Order: sequence, then C-alpha cells, then structure tokens
Amino acid sequence: MAVVIYTETENGSFKKVAFEIASYGKALADQTGQKLVAVTFNQEDGSALGTYGVDEVVNVTGSFASSFSAKKYAAALAQVASEKEASLVVVSSSANSKYLAPLLAVKLSATYTSNVVALPESIEPLTLKRTCYTSKALSMVSSNQSVNIIGLSSNAFGIIETQSSPSQSSIAAEEASSSMQISAVEKVTGVITIADADIVVSGGRGLKGPENWHLIEDLAATLGAATACSKPVSDMGWRPHSEHVGQTGKPVASNLYIAIGVSGAIQHLAGINSSKVKVVINIDPEAPFFKAADYGIVGDAFEVLPALIEKLKAFKAA
Amino acid sequence: MKILVCISNVPDTTSKINFVDSNTKFDTQGVQFIINPNDEFGLTRAVWLQQKQQAEVTVLTVGDASCEPTLRKCLAIGADKAIRVDADPTDGYFVAKQIAAVCEKESYDLIIAGRESIDHNGAMVPGLVAGMLDYEYITNCISLEIENDQATAAREIDGGKEIVTSGFPLVIGAQKGLVEESDLIIPNMRGIMQARKKPLEVMAANDADASSTVVSFDKPAPKGEVKLIDAGDIDTLIDLLHNEAKVI
Ligand SMILES: Cc1cc2nc3c(=O)[nH]c(=O)nc-3n(C[C@H](O)[C@H](O)[C@H](O)COP(=O)(O)OP(=O)(O)OC[C@H]3O[C@@H](n4cnc5c(N)ncnc54)[C@H](O)[C@@H]3O)c2cc1C
Repeated sequence: MAVVIYTETENGSFKKVAFEIASYGKALADQTGQKLVAVTFNQEDGSALGTYGVDEVVNVTGSFASSFSAKKYAAALAQVASEKEASLVVVSSSANSKYLAPLLAVKLSATYTSNVVALPESIEPLTLKRTCYTSKALSMVSSNQSVNIIGLSSNAFGIIETQSSPSQSSIAAEEASSSMQISAVEKVTGVITIADADIVVSGGRGLKGPENWHLIEDLAATLGAATACSKPVSDMGWRPHSEHVGQTGKPVASNLYIAIGVSGAIQHLAGINSSKVKVVINIDPEAPFFKAADYGIVGDAFEVLPALIEKLKAFKAA
Repeated sequence: MKILVCISNVPDTTSKINFVDSNTKFDTQGVQFIINPNDEFGLTRAVWLQQKQQAEVTVLTVGDASCEPTLRKCLAIGADKAIRVDADPTDGYFVAKQIAAVCEKESYDLIIAGRESIDHNGAMVPGLVAGMLDYEYITNCISLEIENDQATAAREIDGGKEIVTSGFPLVIGAQKGLVEESDLIIPNMRGIMQARKKPLEVMAANDADASSTVVSFDKPAPKGEVKLIDAGDIDTLIDLLHNEAKVI
C-alpha cells in the first residue's frame, strides 16, 4: 500500500508543482500510515524529492518516456500504481496532469476529483473539498470508489520540507499504443507561465493598447512574475490567447495577483479568485475590482506603474 | 463523418451562485441557463466541419427536460439532431458513462466536449469518455483540421502549444481558440424555425452509478475591505506586500 504521486519534470529538473504535490502526498501518507512513492518519467536523478518526504522514486524509462503523451503516461502510471497497490494517487493541476488524470481514472477504475484545495476531510469514504462554479463556490465531495485520484489545485497546499532518503529504481513500463504523434512544439522559453507563477501581473483594456504592455512586462520581470490579461485584451489581439485569464480563460491561483486597468467583471474575478492576495490599480474608484482586492490604488496606470517599477527595482536590489 | 458534440447546460456566467436544501443543491431560482462556453466553441467548429466534410452533427446532453431549450439552441446554431439522455447528471463519471454508451451504439468518428464546464469544473468528461472507449484524445484543443483520415490539432500547453496528428475515432476537449469568440453563431430566425423540426430524441439512461456524491456546497468566506493606498505612496504598498501579506 502506498500513496503514489506524479511528479512532473522539465529538461531534467523538477517543476515547482512537483514539490507541492510531494508535500501534499507526504501529509496524506502520514494521515493514512502509508509510504509515499513518486513516479517520474525519464528523470535519472530523483534525489531532489528527498527534501519533501518521498520514500521511493520510480523512474519510468523507455523511448516513450522522454516526451509527454497523456495516454502512454497514464498507462505507465496505472502500472506503477497497481504494482504498489495504491488507493490514493495525487496529480497536479498542470495542463498535462489534467490531461492524463481522467485516462488514469479509467485505467484504475478510480474516482478522479479535481481542483482539490485541502487534505481529505475523511479517508473512509474519501471526502474532499474542491472549488466549483469557477471558484465562486466550494463543495465537499465524497467518493464512491476505493481507488482515488486527487487533483490538487496549484498553491492550495504549499511546499513543506521534510527530509527523507528516497530509494530510487527504474521501470521499463509497457508502452500504450496510440496513433497520435507530436509534430511540433512551440514554446516560449525564458518566461514564467501563468501555471507556474507565484506572482501574476495582469493588464486590462485600461492600458489602452498593446504598445503600452512594456509597463506590464517590466513590472512582471521585476517581480519574477507571469503576465496575463483580460478577455477583451486577448480578443482584440493585443495579447496572445494563452494570457487570457478568467472564467473562460486560464484559472489563476497565484500568491499575488496584480490587476492593472482591469474593471473586475464577474467573469474575470471568477477565474482569479483563488489567488491569495489581490492588488488592483485602477483610475476609477467605483471599479468592481476594488470589492475583490486586498490592496488597491486609485490612480492612472501610466503614472503609478513607472513609479511602482522603479521603487520595486530599488526594493529588490536592497 | 459523424460528429457528436456533448453539451452541458450551465448557469449563465453572470449568475449569482446560491444553494438550497441545506446547501446540497444549486439554487436555480432566477438563473438563466446557457450552453457551456467551452462546448459552444466546440459546437461552432463542428458546424464548420459539417459544411466542409459533409459531416453529420449530433448534440447530446445528459439532463432532464429543462435542458431542451439549450439543445434547441444548438440545433438552431446548426446541429442536425439532438439526443437527451434522461437522467440527473450527478457527476462527471456518470455523464461520461452515458456518453460512452451512446457512442458504442452510434460509432461517431469525432466526439467534441468542452474541456471543462463552468459549473462543476471537473475537467474530466472528454477524458473519461476517451478512456472508456479507448479512443484517441486531445484536450485544451485550440485548432483542429481534418484531411483524409487524419486530424491535425493544436493543444495549448503551459507556455505554448503542441501540434499533434491523430487518427480516428478521436475525442476533443474544446476551448476558445478552436474558433474565436467572434466566430460564435447567433441563431437567426430561419435557424430557430428549422430547429423546431429537427429531431430531438430522448433516451433512457444507461445503468451506471456515479463515482462521487456532493455532500454539501459552501461559498468562500466574504472578503474584508480593500486597503486603499495613496497613488503617491508606493512605498507603503511595497511595505504592506512585503511585511503584511508576505508575498514579495
Ligand atoms: C460568457 C462571458 C465570458 C467571459 N469570460 C471572461 C474571462 O474569462 N475573462 C475576462 O477577463 N473577461 C471575461 N468576460 C468579459 C467581462 O465581462 C469583461 O467585459 C472584461 O473582463 C472586461 O475587461 P477589462 O477589465 O480589461 O476592460 P473594461 O471593463 O473596459 O475595464 C477597463 C478598466 O480600466 C480602467 N482604466 C481606464 N484607464 C485607466 C488608466 N489610465 N489607469 C488605470 N485604469 C484605467 C477603467 O476604469 C476600467 O475599470 C466574459 C464575458 C462573457 C459574457
């Protein structure tokens, strides 16, 4: 019996979310008196997981392991989970985890519960708290099956260090057959994605045009943040769709969300509500965002931003 | 080519979210229901394929008779026929089981469902259907072209996109990008009139159990008042973010 976690890597390093999944998995393993087994793909060195309480790292090898395929990864994860007789599997809320989790659920005849925000309320039956109605509500959901997959919301649990010395092994899992092939990957490098970011800086129509986005980018670079935007900004082509956040865009669950020239429409707020601390900068004191924010400045973005960037640079340098 | 588009009937995006029956049920009082936005992007793409590929487009929802106006709207947008599986859509697993059962009978080449609904946000129905039927599956799909017997699609990934090719049968998790907001079809009078005559079949539900049960709903704790900082006093903001909120 074990708690099995899917720990994602990129170019040979663990993604930050892997450490949060491990921290959660460790708490879950302690709660249920089981050991914690992490599964990696094509990752020779799993020792970094020893900072988060992992007991065993199983690395999936083989030619398919080097590039993500939801179907093949799900089959391999199912194989390891079955071998370890796992009744609890934890995955993240990354695009890849959300892609493979339902496939894994079918393989394991498990219940998959996504957007989970806390440790289980009870283990028998497994009862989990999750967000729904695009973060406008929460629900307590109990599972009717004995094997369960928990999809943890980003930043919901945090990273907790627990030293361990994981044993490491590798397994040549069976490759699932698929007619699907990746023909190209277009990925921006060197920028922080919304999914991985601790801080997100978001611009709305109040910024007047794409030519002013250097202010958003400067602020984001100063803070090590990802950039985001409101829906009309992406619809007008000022920014790429991948930056559109909100109810019909990407969800944001960062530690800090800074909204500039965003009015705070209900559909925008729905998607970013899970962020812990929200700051709004808007010229209109009546903008609805002020009701959702923790900190606010009523002011013109074109005056506030240059000053904020300068002061933050000085603060970071100090 | 036969295309199935799975439709979720969801509260309008501006709805007030409240619960009744000791917080166990969504309060539908005064709430307007719409096609789940991600499903609508998928439906629009399907209607384009219908013209280009001579495809037949069926829409399906799992729900009671109150979902029918939403299905009629799908027909007015351009779907050829509709199926309503007459059951309470208790959870994503149950819904996926119903869809898979219909697919086993009808053998669709392409199944499109929104990557997630805006009510349950389970993000699992298309994946579960693909898993149950052992079909190929692409979610977060932001483009889809079909040539001969091959689909070429783009999947949005964290920080970019991935172009994939796949055979059929194929399940797609739809979202914005598959078509643009401005491409969405607003039904005209002719479409609405035609929709009334198109077939809407009601099917009995397949025997299946839900894999989970909602015990209760809750709303996030109300927010405290915003702390306003003077536009000329950036230092205070930085100090608060550093020392009070501890986020920078
Ligand atoms: C079905 C549906 C789904 C939707 N989904 C989403 C979604 O996922 N995400 C989303 O964002 N929206 C969504 N919307 C759109 C949403 O309703 C709003 O229209 C949108 O969020 C507004 O974007 P905005 O705040 O950038 O623009 P506006 O509402 O135009 O706000 C601009 C703000 O900038 C301020 N401003 C102007 N000049 C300055 C200045 N110099 N300095 C500082 N502030 C300034 C203004 O006071 C105003 O508050 C959806 C709508 C529908 C109907």
